Amino acid sequence: MIGRRTKFHFVMCFALLCCVGSIATNAWAQNGGDLRFCVRSEPKTFDPLLVDDDSSLSIRYLTGGVLARVNRHTQELEPELAESWKVSPDSKQITFKLRHGVHFSDGTPFAADDVAFTVQRLMDPALHSNTGDAFRSGSGAVTTKVIAPDQIAITFPAPVVGLDRMFDEVAIMSAHSAKKEGAVLGPFMVAEYKPGSSVRLERNPYYWKKDAQGRRLPYLDSIHIDIQGNRDVEMLRFKRGEIDLINVIDTDYFDRLASSSPQLVHDAGPSLDSDFMWFNEVGNAPIPEYKRAWFGSVNFRRAISEAINRDDLARIVYNGHAQPAVGPISPANKFWFNSHLKAEAHNPQGALERLKADGFHMQNGTLVDKSGNQVEFSIVTNAGSKARERMSVLIQEDLGKIGIKVNLVPLDFPSLIERITHTFNYEAAMLGFRNIDLDPNGQMNIWLSSASNHAWNPEQKSPATAWEAEIDKLMREQASTADLKKRKQAFDRVQEIVYEQAPLIYLINQNALSAVSTSVAGASPGILYPQTFWNAERLTLNGTTTAKR
Amino acid sequence: MKAARVLACVIVVAVCALSLCANWLAPGGYAKQFREAPGAPPSREHLLGTDEVGRDRFARVLYGTRISLLLAPAAALVSTALAALVGGLAGYLGGIWLKVARAFTDLFLSLPWLFLLITVRALLPLNVSPLSSVLITFLILGLLGWAASARVLSTSANTLRNSDFVLQARASGAHGPRLFLIHVLPNLKPVLYAQFWISIPVFILSEANLGVLGLGVAEPLPSWGSLLRELEGMLSFREEPWRLVPLGLLIVVLTSFQLLLEKEEVTA
Repeated sequence: MIGRRTKFHFVMCFALLCCVGSIATNAWAQNGGDLRFCVRSEPKTFDPLLVDDDSSLSIRYLTGGVLARVNRHTQELEPELAESWKVSPDSKQITFKLRHGVHFSDGTPFAADDVAFTVQRLMDPALHSNTGDAFRSGSGAVTTKVIAPDQIAITFPAPVVGLDRMFDEVAIMSAHSAKKEGAVLGPFMVAEYKPGSSVRLERNPYYWKKDAQGRRLPYLDSIHIDIQGNRDVEMLRFKRGEIDLINVIDTDYFDRLASSSPQLVHDAGPSLDSDFMWFNEVGNAPIPEYKRAWFGSVNFRRAISEAINRDDLARIVYNGHAQPAVGPISPANKFWFNSHLKAEAHNPQGALERLKADGFHMQNGTLVDKSGNQVEFSIVTNAGSKARERMSVLIQEDLGKIGIKVNLVPLDFPSLIERITHTFNYEAAMLGFRNIDLDPNGQMNIWLSSASNHAWNPEQKSPATAWEAEIDKLMREQASTADLKKRKQAFDRVQEIVYEQAPLIYLINQNALSAVSTSVAGASPGILYPQTFWNAERLTLNGTTTAKR
Repeated sequence: MKAARVLACVIVVAVCALSLCANWLAPGGYAKQFREAPGAPPSREHLLGTDEVGRDRFARVLYGTRISLLLAPAAALVSTALAALVGGLAGYLGGIWLKVARAFTDLFLSLPWLFLLITVRALLPLNVSPLSSVLITFLILGLLGWAASARVLSTSANTLRNSDFVLQARASGAHGPRLFLIHVLPNLKPVLYAQFWISIPVFILSEANLGVLGLGVAEPLPSWGSLLRELEGMLSFREEPWRLVPLGLLIVVLTSFQLLLEKEEVTA
């Protein structure tokens, strides 16, 4: 029987526990500890306007304050440093109304002249900013007009489509701070950089955002980013609890981790990334004339596309963490994906029918063209990419079944780039496309026939085919109007043409795979970059982890 | 020690015999993809399981052993012969020949081979059949791998040149090629054997690394190098231990060769 005194003790202990719990929760929220993760290479720059690599991109995302941010979960554009904005009907001007009471990490107040300074610097041709290049829609200068300390109008010489969303990439710099890029508006600021080893970010004490309870964000004290190129080591460190998350994890690692600790891994579904192959259609490429004729034939390209078993690629190479790809836009891109298109079905018989239409026929189990040339070609891909090497082995067998001999040549990346962009000494190539931009304008450098990344036949003086001319027209059309409906129609048609002509044979869209330790609270991995820490300002680490470190 | 050598001999003969009988032991072949069972564990159908794309690992080990056991020693033979020719002869002749040969081998060793191999890849056609790729790969290894061995051999040959028995042979009227071939070269045998055996695992691993430059054994042909590359990313020996079979086989075969070599050295 429990006595009254004992009951009193129970009640007191319970109250004390609740009290301690409450204090701990507050401390946890206010003092979120040190989050640790790895980047795969040295950040090339801390200048937010010169970012050109993944590591620098991560640091910019965590330290840079932007006027508007694409919500990585909803894919909608949301206000940040700008309370509101208005794009002119001709898409040449954007006017921002700025937030009040915001300060840079060194205490300097934020105002419209900082935005003007940033935009002028961004658009300075001498800076050679990739971020700035995306805004260059026509010749002429970009003008900025500070209307009031909290209002600014930016005018471009020609229409810039998707103008407001592009400001997601522009981290605002201080016009007055002596610290230059060291003064930031994001949730964290760079505190220490050890070249070749790590970057330590600390909480920005002046960060403007607060949570629903009025507590200043971010919750975390700091973020420790280790520079670690070896994925095996990264995985081992994650398993040991030395790092808290892996932003993008390989399928093999994902499954191994899933088998032992399923609570740590996250498959967010199809990402924007795709793998594809294409044939060399460059007019003066050093390849035999009869092969140029094969590669230039839509029947040949479609036959190859039909002969490839994409379901097997997704199931075997990616262990089911991928989907057969349809075209240039992944189904993950909710608005721009043309949902009327379906991935090419595996149909070897259909492939042979298409080839017959071009005069190809089987001879002793080997496919030969109408001139009697045996159908044989090589596929170059980047060595070291296990997934692509495995995909190419599967494709080699798939095409072998319709009598085509494929030689696989994995090459080191610089040699591969040299071949596909300068010497054009290759027959077919397989590569991937990491897309961080939802808007099709980000793909202008692929689809315009004059573009340098028009992989199968780059930098054409005039479109080599009628369908390329149509794509050029449609891409320019969608880039010259702010009417979303018209843009969508134009780009839907581009996707249809790419599907019909198969200049790029899309293979699979990988899923967005990541790993997050259970010690991290508030993580909601998504498909858009940065998958795991897009809401870094609201992440916390539990007390045990904080104490351990 | 005799028992160990007998065992080593049995192992080498057994491995060679098994690899030569690959057609009968693994009639499915090394390239057939069992797509319904990728990465499968060992079973009655697949004694060592299947690889990531569903190919029978047992068949690939057998065929890979055949290729590597035939071609890595062949490449080692080419490189050792070149080393004996350059290093052995230079050491025997001494004087300016030795200096020139050492300068040449030093220069050869200091060349940035990675870039030169990239150039070699650029010069070769892309449409090379897997079998040709094997021959090209091991020929390149054989032609490039002689310099370090030549350095060792030149020192040994130079020591022999001044030894008493060579002086005695010379005093007895032996000169030129006869002196080199009958008195010097046989005494270089232990060093030559050592260089030969050391080169084999080096070439097997180099072949795997050459794959990065598009110069290795091309898919779908297997080799020990490509089988060892499968171990990349293996975080623990406990998970899928059957994947370690190629590594175990490599160690066992090379140890066996080493034991047989010791006998040869004693005989020499």
